[in-house]
This record gives sequence, structure tokens and C-alpha cells, in this order.
Amino acid sequence: MKLAFFTGIVLLFIMAVVASCQSEDQVEFSRYYSGGSVIYLAHCQNCHGEKGEGLQSLIPPLTDSVFLKTNRSSLACYLKNGLKGKLTVAGREFEGEMPAVADLSPIEVAKVLTYITNSFGNKSGLINLQQIEADLKNCK
Amino acid sequence: MKNIVCAFIVIALYSACKQGSTNNTAKLPILGNREPVTKTVDGKQVTDTTYSTIPAFKFVNQYADTISDKSLDGKIYVADFFFTTCPSICPVMHRNMLNVYKEFKADDNFRIISHTIDPKYDTVPVLKKYADKMGISGNTWWLLHGTKEETYQIAKNYLVSVQEKKPQGEYIHDGYFVLVDKQKRLRGTYDGTDPAQVTKLIADIKTLKTEPDQVNAK
Repeated sequence: MKLAFFTGIVLLFIMAVVASCQSEDQVEFSRYYSGGSVIYLAHCQNCHGEKGEGLQSLIPPLTDSVFLKTNRSSLACYLKNGLKGKLTVAGREFEGEMPAVADLSPIEVAKVLTYITNSFGNKSGLINLQQIEADLKNCK
Repeated sequence: MKNIVCAFIVIALYSACKQGSTNNTAKLPILGNREPVTKTVDGKQVTDTTYSTIPAFKFVNQYADTISDKSLDGKIYVADFFFTTCPSICPVMHRNMLNVYKEFKADDNFRIISHTIDPKYDTVPVLKKYADKMGISGNTWWLLHGTKEETYQIAKNYLVSVQEKKPQGEYIHDGYFVLVDKQKRLRGTYDGTDPAQVTKLIADIKTLKTEPDQVNAK
């Protein structure tokens, strides 16, 4: 009984050490990602869906990792200015208009894009505030 | 003694529940205003209840066919209000409505009608394009175009609220799906933005289809 108690204490200690060893980057990522999930729910999910599946041929899915990677530095501008015209996503053509999500601050854009590019089967790491601020300067 | 009383109560409650669940004659409520009407039949005074029903109407669908109340005679249908450029609740409503469509598209006695509340932009070709992009074909799901006045007027009969544009240029409207029976009485309203409510709608349509009133209606 005493032994079990002692083992328990040791295990807890080890877990605490492991948890605190989580790298600074990992903590930063988690902060962006979980903040982003809330913003996604409020601004994106109605159209793009809970699983980023989009809607038939009306609204493109967010599951095309190649598209997200190729256009990574333009994503912030898509949110800020909206998107209009033809678009090929996941091998299918879409035509329509995405309204601008103009009321998002740069940090919110960074968070929601971190969430999107690391959910729905995508895995491309943190997009931080500095990156977004640089991208927004280059919007057309 | 106390234990016995407790046990008795538990058994009583359990059997009460069981009776409820084995009762298969589930019936959906009839919504809207009702009025008693007293008629004279065979010299006797008979009091009956009349329920509010959807009045006569005439709209045009995505194929430019005229759709009137007569087109829905003998059909159970679900109605909603939307517009194709709606950025807020419409995509989620129609993502859910697609489940209703898939469930009943083989049933010729079932229809879905979606009224556009932005007839100026949502012309018939725009509605057809929307239908194509949604992947809906055939005559199960009609997207209806009419004047703003007619559409807003009929919305009141479905107990759905739609309003003119907000200052930002958006329309405000409820995301309700309204279930209507073959006698054009309202039998249920469901939040079209909530997948759980839409699952209940599908179950309720199946229940409604088995009601004697519906089975016998022409």
C-alpha cells in the first residue's frame, strides 16, 4: 500500500517534469491554435463547415493542403479583403465570392490561420503575428 | 416500509414510461391559430375546429415553372427562407437541408421549397445555378422566386420572420424549417442551423407520413 502511494507520487513528479518541459514553441503554437478554433467557429464555420468540408460546389473545402501551402503568404489578404472569382481547390473549380472578414485584428488572423492550416488533415505549423503583419503589407 | 414505498414508486414510474414508449400512435401537433366553427349538419349543431392553413400562392421555381399551392396538393413539404448570397446562416441551413433532401428525394409526395427573400439578385437563372452547385436536381427541392411583397407576406403564414436590409446591407431572417402537411397545416418548426433539430425533422416527417389523415389524403 505504502509502495503504491510512493510510486504514485513519483509518477506524478515525472509527469509534471514532462509537462513543464514542453517547449516554448509548443506552448506558443497551442495558444494560437486554441484561440484560432474559437475565431473559426464565429467567422468561418457556417460556410466552411465543422470539418472544413465546404458545401458541395458552392463553398470550397479547407482540406486542400497543397492549396494552403502554395498560397500561404496570401491567406491573410484573402481574409482581410475577401476573395472573388474562379478558384481551383482540391481539383475542383469554384466561382463565387467570399466576404472579407475585415473586423479581425492581425493577431486574430494569425490565430485562425494557424488553426485552419493545422486542422482538417493539414499540418503546417505556426503562422505567427510577425508573419501575418508582413503578409498584410503585400496585399494587392 | 419506506423501502417498499420507494420501490413501488420506482415501478410505477417505470411502467408509466414504458406505456408511453410502446404507444405507437404518435401524432405531431397542429400549429397556428385555430377557430371553432359551428355548422348545422342533418339538422344538428356540430362544432368543429378549423386550423390555419397556408393560403393560395403562385411563385416560379429554378426551372422557370410556375409553382402554386396546387403543385403541393397531396404532398408533405418543408419550407424555408434564404438568399443565395447570404453570408451567415444560409450555408449551414442548406448543408442541413441537404440531409432532408437525400432522405426523401425518391418520394414523389414530398417537396422542399426555399423562398428567396432577395428576388432582385436571385433571379431564376441565379437560382438554377445555385441548385446546380448544390448538386440538387429533379423536382424534390424547389427554389422559389416571387415579388418581395408576396414572399414577405407568405412568410407570415409560416410564422417565419423576414425583414428588409439592415444598414450594413444584410437581410435578417429566421433559419426555421417549417413542416407542412397535405392539408397545408403547420406541423412543426425546426431550427435549420442545428443538425440535431434537422435530424428530428426527418424523424417527424416519417411519423407524419403514417398518420391516417396523411395516408388517405389525395
